[in-house]
Amino acid sequence: MSLSRRDFLKGCGALVVTFSAASLPSPYAIAQGPFGAHPSHIDPTKLDSWIAVGGDGNVTAYAGKCDLGQGMFTAQTQLVAEELCVPLGRVRLIQCDTSVCPDEGTTSGSQSTPTNFNTSNLAQAAATAREALITMAAQQLGENADQLTVADGVISGKSGRRVTYEELIGNKRFNLQLSATAKRSPASQWTVLGKPVPSLDRVWLMTGQFEFVHNVRLPGMLHGRVVRPPQVGATVASVDEGSVRQIPGLMKVVVRNSFVGVVAEKQAQAIDAARRLKVSWKPGTGLPAQKTFYDTLRKQPSRDVLVVDSKDVEQRLAAARTVMRARYVHPYQMHGSLGTSCAVADVKPDSTTVWSATQSVYPTRSIVAKLLGLPLDSVRVIFVRGSGCYGLNGADAVSFDAAVLSHAVGRPVRVQLSRQDEMAWENFGSACVVEQRAAFEAGRIIAWDCENWTASKGGRPGYDQPGNVITGELLGYVPEPITPRAAAEPTGELRNRSNAAPSYVRGRVAGKCGGAGTVRSERVLSHTVTSPFFTGPLRSPSRIQNTFAHECFMDELSARAKADPIEFRVRHLRDERLIAVLKSAAEAAKWEKRPFPKPNLAKTGVASGRGVACVVYEGNNGYVALIADVDVDMVSGRVQPRKFVAVLDCGPISNPDGLRNQSEGGILQGMSRALVEEVTWDDKRVISTDWESYPSPYLGIDVPTVEIILLNRTGVPATGAGETAITVVAAAIGNAIFDATDARIRQVPFTAERVRAALGAVP
Amino acid sequence: MVPRRWLALFREARIKDLQRTAEPERAPDARKIAMSKISLKVNGRLHTVDVDRSTPLLFVLADELGLRGPKFGCGMAQCGACTVILRRQVVRSCVMPVSAVGQDEVTTLEGLGTPEKPHPIQQAFIEEGAAQCGFCLSGVILTANAVLDEKPNASDEEMRAALGGVMCRCFAHLRMLRAIRKYADARKT
Repeated sequence: MSLSRRDFLKGCGALVVTFSAASLPSPYAIAQGPFGAHPSHIDPTKLDSWIAVGGDGNVTAYAGKCDLGQGMFTAQTQLVAEELCVPLGRVRLIQCDTSVCPDEGTTSGSQSTPTNFNTSNLAQAAATAREALITMAAQQLGENADQLTVADGVISGKSGRRVTYEELIGNKRFNLQLSATAKRSPASQWTVLGKPVPSLDRVWLMTGQFEFVHNVRLPGMLHGRVVRPPQVGATVASVDEGSVRQIPGLMKVVVRNSFVGVVAEKQAQAIDAARRLKVSWKPGTGLPAQKTFYDTLRKQPSRDVLVVDSKDVEQRLAAARTVMRARYVHPYQMHGSLGTSCAVADVKPDSTTVWSATQSVYPTRSIVAKLLGLPLDSVRVIFVRGSGCYGLNGADAVSFDAAVLSHAVGRPVRVQLSRQDEMAWENFGSACVVEQRAAFEAGRIIAWDCENWTASKGGRPGYDQPGNVITGELLGYVPEPITPRAAAEPTGELRNRSNAAPSYVRGRVAGKCGGAGTVRSERVLSHTVTSPFFTGPLRSPSRIQNTFAHECFMDELSARAKADPIEFRVRHLRDERLIAVLKSAAEAAKWEKRPFPKPNLAKTGVASGRGVACVVYEGNNGYVALIADVDVDMVSGRVQPRKFVAVLDCGPISNPDGLRNQSEGGILQGMSRALVEEVTWDDKRVISTDWESYPSPYLGIDVPTVEIILLNRTGVPATGAGETAITVVAAAIGNAIFDATDARIRQVPFTAERVRAALGAVP
Repeated sequence: MVPRRWLALFREARIKDLQRTAEPERAPDARKIAMSKISLKVNGRLHTVDVDRSTPLLFVLADELGLRGPKFGCGMAQCGACTVILRRQVVRSCVMPVSAVGQDEVTTLEGLGTPEKPHPIQQAFIEEGAAQCGFCLSGVILTANAVLDEKPNASDEEMRAALGGVMCRCFAHLRMLRAIRKYADARKT
């Protein structure tokens, strides 16, 4: 197989990867092909950067967005097959290899679909290629382009003459720019895209043949392990290399600043050496008490962003007869990937390759070059799928670990983190405090004030911030600082990517209303404060925290107004699509209008209740409404969700089966995070370092029913869907607990202890 | 779905594992480390590997034999990603020293069926699309399969108890349980 862009650039041939149908579902074997020329730029405006047609007429596509275990490999393959009118089996998709794929930044934030499935990037490239092929065929056949038909890579004219893709362009370059006017095939005519195509990886997954980054093995490869500090902020005083000298197979102890690692011939030897290595550490600075952490967080100097401000909120609140206020808090939570993070690096004097599960191959390439002092063009990062990550887990840090260790020994090194190192040092989902006040008048909300505080340290390393993850910090880089700063007036348009603004406000910025709601008097202020722990995007970052607070507070307001929670929501909304998902959910769940909480609440035994929540994810990137039915044990405080009904509108759907799978998983993961997940620490270190101290519901739980209803809306842009459903789960469960018990719990997770305490407080 | 109950189930699963195997977090004594040739029957083939006898079976399968099914998830028998079948029982290979295997055959997820001819339980998982990232599948499929081999009429409650120590962090629980049920029902008829 040929995967060398240098060969491609030198010659005139198209960049084609040959394959057979049998090799299709093991997509990553390709990533170990011949080494390329590490071009600094793969010009995304050129068609040849995205699409190539081989001598057999098969299509190779290059994507800068990768599959993190959520079906993007299958969906992108469907997209290319659809636009180029070839069967799925004739498309070979290469994802996120810096030698051959365009730089599409990071695969995150539910942005792969909006980026690649509308009218730019991969979709635009595929449409451009089809139009180019048809134009070429028209010339060759001497017929009008609009009279040609295309099927399975063959273009036929009215005359009955035909020409194939390979005859037109096989192994040759298009030499065209992406066309801004290239037309996407309309959703109404899709035959491959939009269909519930079974995910292409499943046969290989179920039979244990799929290659994860954990399975990458190179000739002469060694095994590395890192030795992380025993406390947050501890630094290396000295390392006693003699303490491990007797360990067979040990190749090297690597110390750079406070980064400590070992390399050995075998994995068990590396683990043994990492455990036995005597390192003396200077203590860290200690950690704030967890018990009072939310107060501590709330008082830090902060970097502020004013999302929206109608300037009359204080005045309205002061004048109103009824004002409600509430503080909601959300803990640090973990990605907690099932497999600990792993990477393989092969650092050679003139060429470096890193096999990584990073969501950001180009930024990772840049950071590796920086850490090792290598020319950027000599580093290649190849994405190989890891264990489901849900955001910035340890994938970037372990890629840097592997690169540093391989650099030190001059041989390929594989590093897989220990469970403890993964959990203690990953970039957690941020802890957050949200304080809200709202005023009523005649059953309507007339003012809504919302302030949030988010704890932050580091995050994605990007192209030049290695200190944003633990490995970089240990190597002596600092995390991007959070410089306290007062908020500037919002300009341009409403920016609600973190869902800092509730759905029910107008979101009026510079004269334009960007919000989904009707409340005119509005103020939303976000504070970012310094976190003692590394933080980073975790599935629906900040959106889940903010939405938990808004949607539960909305429920409080609704109960106070003695209104039906859905009717009350609709009363304050103007976005038709959000209203539509709410109404569909109400219908599907057979919602009955009644006062909330339930009249005549049970005081003993098991109480049941239902709650609703909805959101426009990121303010413009997908709609969801969720209704949760839960049981609450009035004695133990145990919460058992029974049923979830979710309605999603994500625009035109690329693969309904993939979307359902993703939404079902998102809802149950949201349930886990709402009920049990919370990072804990003592005065020096994180103490949630395994599945006992950070529980996650096993397969053996009493799994609630989940019903997913998809509104397939064509004629609008496709939005993301990876994080839409999970965003509303904690709020819907919290509202259902209130309905069942009259107890309003403003802190996640809703552990049995916390619920029991809240039940005790109900008069 | 009671946190306490999950923990109880988990502890039960873990205790069972620990009874069978070495204490996980205790590293082998370096002075005793000595490579030795060990013969191992895996998925119908006999292999000879040159490793320390205390090496966890998982590392032998993944590193020496290049198998992709069993995976390192926690190293403490807490999650199930490393599950293999030995003597008709599910075993957490991350905490079992390779020397404890003996002459008996080890079956991994790739030994159960092939892409061309999947085992019926794998086929049920394929049909139901019962995975997201798929890292957990050795634990899920092999555990369910072992339960049904032992007790074809296992009730939902029994199946749940058996899966009480098996984790999926993508939370593909619904599809997985559906696939298991589908396979269980089909093998009865």
